[in-house]
Amino acid sequence: MNRSRLGAWLSFAIGALYFLVPLIATMEFAMRIRRGQYTFDAFQIVLTDARFQATFTYSTLVALATIAVGTLLVVPTAYWVRLRLPHLRPVVEFITLLPLVIPAIVIVFGYLRMYNSSSLVPLTDTDLGTDILLTFGYATLALPYMYRSVDAGLQAIDIHTLTEAAENLGARWPTILFRIILPNIRVAVLSGALLTFAIVIGEFTLASLLNRPAFGPYLQLIGANRAYEPAALAIIAFAITWACMGLIQLFARQTQTAPAR
Amino acid sequence: MFLEISNLRKTFGTYTAVQHFDMKIDRGEFISFLGPSGCGKTTTLRMVAGFETPTEGMIRIGNRDITGLRPNQRKIGMVFQSYALFPNMTVADNVAFGLKVARRPGAEIAQRVEEMLKLIGLPQLGDRYPFQLSGGQQQRVALARALAPKPQVLLLDEPLSALDAKIRVSLREEIRAVQRELGITTIYVTHDQEEALSMSDRIVVMNEGRVEQIGTPFEIYNLPRTRFVASFVGTLNILQARVLDGPAGRVAVDDQEIVVATGLSGATTGETCSLALRPEAIRIDQPAPGGNRLQGSIEEVSFLGSVVRVRVRFDRNSVSIDTFNNPGITLPERGRPVTISFARDDLVVLQQAPG
Amino acid sequence: MTQADEVVPLPTLTARPRMSMPSWAWLGTAPFFLFALLFLILPTAYLLVGAFQDVEGHFTLENLANLSQPSIVSAYRISLQVSAASALGGAVVGSLLASAVVFGGLPRWIRPTVVTFSGVASNFAGIPLAFAFLATLGRAGLVTTLLITVFDFNIYSAGFNLLSFWGLVITYLYFQIPLMVLILLPALEGLKREWREASEILGASRWQYWSWVAFPIIWPSLLGSTLLLFANAFGAIATAYGLTGSSLNIVPILLYAQIRGDVLHNPNLGYALALGMVVITGLSNLAYMVLRRRSERWMR
Repeated sequence: MNRSRLGAWLSFAIGALYFLVPLIATMEFAMRIRRGQYTFDAFQIVLTDARFQATFTYSTLVALATIAVGTLLVVPTAYWVRLRLPHLRPVVEFITLLPLVIPAIVIVFGYLRMYNSSSLVPLTDTDLGTDILLTFGYATLALPYMYRSVDAGLQAIDIHTLTEAAENLGARWPTILFRIILPNIRVAVLSGALLTFAIVIGEFTLASLLNRPAFGPYLQLIGANRAYEPAALAIIAFAITWACMGLIQLFARQTQTAPAR
Repeated sequence: MFLEISNLRKTFGTYTAVQHFDMKIDRGEFISFLGPSGCGKTTTLRMVAGFETPTEGMIRIGNRDITGLRPNQRKIGMVFQSYALFPNMTVADNVAFGLKVARRPGAEIAQRVEEMLKLIGLPQLGDRYPFQLSGGQQQRVALARALAPKPQVLLLDEPLSALDAKIRVSLREEIRAVQRELGITTIYVTHDQEEALSMSDRIVVMNEGRVEQIGTPFEIYNLPRTRFVASFVGTLNILQARVLDGPAGRVAVDDQEIVVATGLSGATTGETCSLALRPEAIRIDQPAPGGNRLQGSIEEVSFLGSVVRVRVRFDRNSVSIDTFNNPGITLPERGRPVTISFARDDLVVLQQAPG
Repeated sequence: MTQADEVVPLPTLTARPRMSMPSWAWLGTAPFFLFALLFLILPTAYLLVGAFQDVEGHFTLENLANLSQPSIVSAYRISLQVSAASALGGAVVGSLLASAVVFGGLPRWIRPTVVTFSGVASNFAGIPLAFAFLATLGRAGLVTTLLITVFDFNIYSAGFNLLSFWGLVITYLYFQIPLMVLILLPALEGLKREWREASEILGASRWQYWSWVAFPIIWPSLLGSTLLLFANAFGAIATAYGLTGSSLNIVPILLYAQIRGDVLHNPNLGYALALGMVVITGLSNLAYMVLRRRSERWMR
């Protein structure tokens, strides 16, 4: 038994090393910007860069829009499929798996061909149109995670009984959805939202090919032109991703310790 | 004596799961470990199987000390609560597993598998996979798998808990029949007293890591030695009495005097003691000469179909009495004063701690 | 099936318009299907159909034939190799890590830590990941300089280069390994303890248990998740772009250049490229789903 435990610890240690060393190296590299000393100047330069603030704000707004679109699309659909249309479930699940199969670059290629100037819906002609396209593109990319999260949340609550009870008390479906179902799957929706945020913030392919001033293309630009600032940006990006995941875990644990019975 | 468990003790850190387990089992005996969850019965079984190492103590099978042996060296068969059939193998392959491990020749394996499938009554299902079988069928296959390599001892860990009530009854009769036919020494862990009483040659009643009593089903039910055994096995009335005259067996229940046939040796006057009384031993309003009598009033009447359960209260004590339903007699009403009677030797003195 | 079907309508309440309920449901899901159609299915279909058309819109197989250009074939070959290498590497290391967590007898806090970190790391793909590895294994990277100062060993003079095939594979492993761990942990935990005990009491050694019981149960999950890793790597572009710009010739980067500037001088060839990508990732995912269904059937 002890021999296998040693092996387990060894595997864990090597794994931890492989995953922590790049982070440490990045941090160290970022702090090397001033010769001979370790400073946080790289971070300061990055955070005060007007382009950083502009693109980060842009990406954040797009992320929020994506979360709104995603939630409004997924929650009613998952609800109706569970409640009344179980035979549609395989179709819906297949659709939500497609973004994992079809690479993002193929999807955005399709957008550029379908919604360009010579098509019925020339979304790419205007900035707003392209922003809309980008939002829906991100909603597509985040769809699998949003749906999986919301579906798991709906499974945990007994929507059949809740709906029956609400109907018996005279509620119509908007009330049921927004005032009964949604509050009870708060954590699931929040998890999906945080995952969406993490995906959108650093996303490069769609933003770059649709020529939008997002955070992803900004990262790539800095990387092509500067030496130390990219490292600081990488740390910031990692911290954001970590914050999102950490919050998800935090919310998940809160529901476990405080059952709503 | 075939299987000897001596001085077995198991602690997990500061928690003692099994305190002092001592037992000699004869060849071919069917022993049940009976008790509530957490009483140590499964831990003891797993020590016999070899999945837990005893902190102290020894286990011998035949003349062999197996305490230090790994589970795969002990030649013991085990049936698990969750069946634990290998899902990637057919029924036949599952049953053949132990023989395949022992590198028996193919023809011998095939014959033995056929034999075992016939024994459990599922000769046609050799090619099925576990997920295609019902719970009861899976458990029978698990039994066949455990018995195929001809083990010296058979262990069963609450094998029927996961099954429906009806299947449980028929399956436990089957298990007992198979065990009798093969004459294999068996230990059966359960929390269901009906199972233990109906199947076993002897029962070990356990509670909180301790052995409360070892005895035949008759002894456990009719002559419980401790309060726990009395209350766990069957429904029992327990009377709190004050000792008036220990050796003569005179005690007072709520200021009414009764006599205990066996007497209370070593009890001092004024001391409280617990007496057990089975519901079926009590008669209502039918005084028997030379017996005990208590006056009380009817507190509750429950109609349970074939049985009518009447609760009679004295002062602080109360008893539950079962009578057969008789459509010709009206049910007694609540609040009516009543006299109950029972024989002097129907009372069993309970000890606080196991003897 | 639902309790709703057996409920007797209460006479005291007003009759609910039961007839309109199904139509509400259809209406409720319509936006979703419209969205999927407009922003997922149609754009992809547009490309896939376009792969079989020439500039005027007539049916042709010429685009597919043109895929046999040396630069394109080379791009597919390198893509397949990078994906296979990172998938296998991720599978092996991920399996070892997941096994260590499930079977290694490690303290209880290890599992949630590994799960959280794997969730973060598997999402860390893209440009920032490229930066992180440049800072680690680049010419001026921390590990590179450490190896020089401590062991007097210069990996670059020994032939290593981060901006190359193997550099990309090592970088990809950063999100491939966690992905494998996340998929494999529940699969390994699905191996019930009772199976191990049952096999042991029937006389089997550890090796016999693993080869006759555990591995046959788990190999569909192993293979399936490796295929998933393969598809994941094949479609990835941002990390590669951040690392090597457009210099490394892999299919996604080729497609990117084609979309940006029609480097192939034939727009429909771009569609064929996309078709090739979708076929490869589609087949891998299909195989994954088939294998997963198979293993789920046993785990009931």
